[in-house]
Amino acid sequence: MTETDLRTDAAASRLLGALYAGNARSVMLRGWQATRSTNWLVVVSGFFEPIFYLLSMGLGLGSLVGTITTESGQDVPYAAFIAPALLAVAAMNGAIYDSTWNVFFKMQFAKLYEGMLSTSLGPLDVALGEISLALLRGALYATGFLVVMQALGLNLSWWALLALPAVLLIAFGFASVGMAVTSFMKTFQQMDWITFLLLPMFLFSATFYPLSVYPQPIQFVIQALPLWHGVELVRGLTTGQVDPGLLWHVLYYLVMILLGLVAATRRLRTLFLD
Amino acid sequence: MPEPVIVAQNLVKKYKDFAAVAGVSFEVAPGESFGLLGPNGAGKSTTMRMVGAVSTRTGGDLRVLGLDPNRHGPEIRSRLGVVPQADNLDTELRVRENLLVYGRYFGLPRAQVARRADELLAFAQLEDKAKAKVDALSGGMKRRLTIARALINDPSILLLDEPTTGLDPQARHILWDRLFRLKEQGTTLLLTTHYMDEAEQLCDRLVVIDKGVIMAEGAPAQLIRTYSSREVLEVRFGSDLNADVAAQIAGMGDRIEVLPDRILIYSENGESELVRIVEAGLTPITSLVRRSSLEDVFLRLTGRTLVE
Repeated sequence: MTETDLRTDAAASRLLGALYAGNARSVMLRGWQATRSTNWLVVVSGFFEPIFYLLSMGLGLGSLVGTITTESGQDVPYAAFIAPALLAVAAMNGAIYDSTWNVFFKMQFAKLYEGMLSTSLGPLDVALGEISLALLRGALYATGFLVVMQALGLNLSWWALLALPAVLLIAFGFASVGMAVTSFMKTFQQMDWITFLLLPMFLFSATFYPLSVYPQPIQFVIQALPLWHGVELVRGLTTGQVDPGLLWHVLYYLVMILLGLVAATRRLRTLFLD
Repeated sequence: MPEPVIVAQNLVKKYKDFAAVAGVSFEVAPGESFGLLGPNGAGKSTTMRMVGAVSTRTGGDLRVLGLDPNRHGPEIRSRLGVVPQADNLDTELRVRENLLVYGRYFGLPRAQVARRADELLAFAQLEDKAKAKVDALSGGMKRRLTIARALINDPSILLLDEPTTGLDPQARHILWDRLFRLKEQGTTLLLTTHYMDEAEQLCDRLVVIDKGVIMAEGAPAQLIRTYSSREVLEVRFGSDLNADVAAQIAGMGDRIEVLPDRILIYSENGESELVRIVEAGLTPITSLVRRSSLEDVFLRLTGRTLVE
């Protein structure tokens, strides 16, 4: 066979079963077992973090702020304004932690994926399995947080029930992009850049105050960032201000998920199935 | 002869302009134990990765279990056992869990994997370590666990990349014993090594690889017969003198190799060569007569030693 023949062969197999064995579940199962036996404490701590924020900023600072006017012109208590944002942030953080630091460690040091990919698993199984685990964790956090919100009377509408799938969508988006980005990282210093980018996004994405406080050009920048879309989506649902515009945010995340998955899968293949 | 399980014809792997494997051909029969012997960087691991369907070849033809690894990667991998050069055990899982989880990667049913895991723990002599943490195991135990893990799917071929590198002599012997048992049970083994004693112990047949090409092929004893004499006399005169002495004894034996630290004289009878050296008025600091090994074959073929 010539080299071109081989390349077209390989190209064909990429489209067929070589990427996916339909067994992402075994990768998830592995993660679950590892979490159970080693780092469940980390999981528990992640649950309390957003709740502490909510109590301190929402109830503490909120008593000074009073009510705040949302984008759609509705007055809501300050705690009810930031609670959905914190929920979106919690989804983001959980997903990012699982898909960046965890993935980085497994890739660079534990050589875990090398082992997985010498079995009948494909790179898409690994990517989907790892991301699903991040989602499962995100779902647990989100459910707990929503219960706390309900108890504090911060869910202003029954639409809040849809915040759970919305949060999963957000987590999925961040997890797949996070995994794709991490697969290019080689050193701890590079990993720190991720943290460095996330902090300002957390603080400035209309999390603690409405977007309208910014001058127009800054607003465009914020609106291009993923967290703003997540915050607005969840806020729309928990405050009950639902309009078709929310679907743009959903679309944003669908695109993010797709790009992340494609990039992560391709990258895993390049790294481990060269 | 039964259908070979691995057929490589003119196999090539290029990274940009560098050819890690530059046209390698060999066949492995079912139940055979086949070795790739060569120094570090010879292209052994790259060849293994292509056979293991985790690396795409850039030229030539390759069939593993009758299938093309470029097209049928997952299918081939489901029937292989892989023991990589560096341990990649799952350190977040316990010893037995490592086997269970790995079995699930192949999509095997839970009950079957559990049964097989217990058999393999016994085989790897790790029964009392079932609940231990992986990090608490010794190097030899980790290696045995990696081999047990590679056997969880009852593979048709077991690929071992430098299986005993970095182990102490005792651990190596335990491992060889386990691998020998597999060989007796009829498992096909493909292994790379840069240890000649390992190759002699375990391989029915082997190829000597250097710089991405095959230098020789055959059974260990046959290679030694073809490329070396029966015995070797090793003499040392001290690093400064070796070169001078080599000139004086030129013509002795079948062939002479001068290494930085010693001179090797290839001959059917090493003792009689030593007598001739002493009669010539030379007194080596140390002298040793030994049988020829694959190390000598490699030296003859490449002009270099295997472990540098």
